[in-house]
Amino acid sequence: MEGTDRVFERLVRDHQHRIYALGLALTGNRHDAEDVAQDTFVRAYRALVTYPPERIRELKQKAWLHRIAVNVVRNRVRGVRPRLVELNGSEPDHGSGPEENVMRRAEIDELAARVACLPPRYREAVVLRHVQELSYAEMADALGQPVGTVKANVHRGLKLLRGENDGKGDGDA
Amino acid sequence: MAKVMEMLDLKRLGDVRAPAGFAERVLANVGMADSYAMFETVLGPVYVAWNRLGVSAAMRSESAAEFEGWFRNEIGRQLVRVDPPADLAAKIEDQLEGRRRLRFDLRGLTPFSQAVLHKTLEISRGQVRPYGWIAREIGHPAAVRAVGTALANNPIPYFIPCHRVIRSDGVIGNYGGGGPEAKRQILSLEGVQLTRLQKLARSGLRYEGVKSTKIFCFPTCYHGRQVREENFVYFRDEAEARAAGYRPCKDCRPAVA
Repeated sequence: MEGTDRVFERLVRDHQHRIYALGLALTGNRHDAEDVAQDTFVRAYRALVTYPPERIRELKQKAWLHRIAVNVVRNRVRGVRPRLVELNGSEPDHGSGPEENVMRRAEIDELAARVACLPPRYREAVVLRHVQELSYAEMADALGQPVGTVKANVHRGLKLLRGENDGKGDGDA
Repeated sequence: MAKVMEMLDLKRLGDVRAPAGFAERVLANVGMADSYAMFETVLGPVYVAWNRLGVSAAMRSESAAEFEGWFRNEIGRQLVRVDPPADLAAKIEDQLEGRRRLRFDLRGLTPFSQAVLHKTLEISRGQVRPYGWIAREIGHPAAVRAVGTALANNPIPYFIPCHRVIRSDGVIGNYGGGGPEAKRQILSLEGVQLTRLQKLARSGLRYEGVKSTKIFCFPTCYHGRQVREENFVYFRDEAEARAAGYRPCKDCRPAVA
């Protein structure tokens, strides 16, 4: 138990930024990103305490956490379109890192909101590949889909994203 | 060309960093770190820490920094300042006024200390017990000094009412939650008649018996509240009470029945 706690604390410190960024890219706003990332780690902890030591040692942490996060997002937005609001920093300030200046932050939030407009299956694929830079094998594992499907979804997702640059994205905002 | 731009942009999205305190909030959410906040109470401002097991610490610290330092030294877990859940302030108020029992997290304390603190929780508001009573009740009748030490190091004073344990000679005794003066002040607030108690103790009288029931109690016992002064009889010790035909009260248990 003591050992699991130490492993988990390392896991949080090592992956917190990655998983938060994933939450932001998948949900499109920082408020939901915090919720998703928190939920991901809480679920990871609950699973971890039930695992035998050898399973914990052999765990591919990155892919494992991504799989949990994807499922957290899938479960919470089931049937709900991502919100298009809050492009202009109307979110309560969650205290950005010192290196994130205001301009950059606004650009990133806008980009995240745009990605969030993609249909879920394309959004997941594009984000894991081009934001998180997972390998196709890791992606197939995290998404529970065959590699071929994943590749096709990345391709279509990118196409959609490019097409939306000056189109639908601003429509509802 | 456009595609290259897009890829660069998306990569930047992956460089986003989690907000300050994110990791600590995770640890608090899974119970590896404690949350804390400051509460205005009947005792003035009190810093209170808690986790999923219950309230883990309380202190009338001068500042958040002082509380954090004390917590790190005494408890050793990580601590995150948070906005308290909406209902917590009311729960704390209820606990301090004796209307409710919160749960407590006493992990990290020795089994002996835990036994002392759990026993202390049984002492009702408005009553006091001697250190020796706790020692006897938890099955270590000789460990009176150790009881004193355990209470002095109570990480949750006010909530776990170590102020309700005083010396059998009537001296208020020391208090980890702000010295003897604070102890006296809190006991008065709870309705303990300290002057009467100390007058009795100075005369060497530890127990009060009620003539009609032939039962003897600690002088602050709930059962003595309705009795008129002329119906009391006082005893120095258990032997004297028993010799007079009195039996110990089953509630305050001044002696083993």
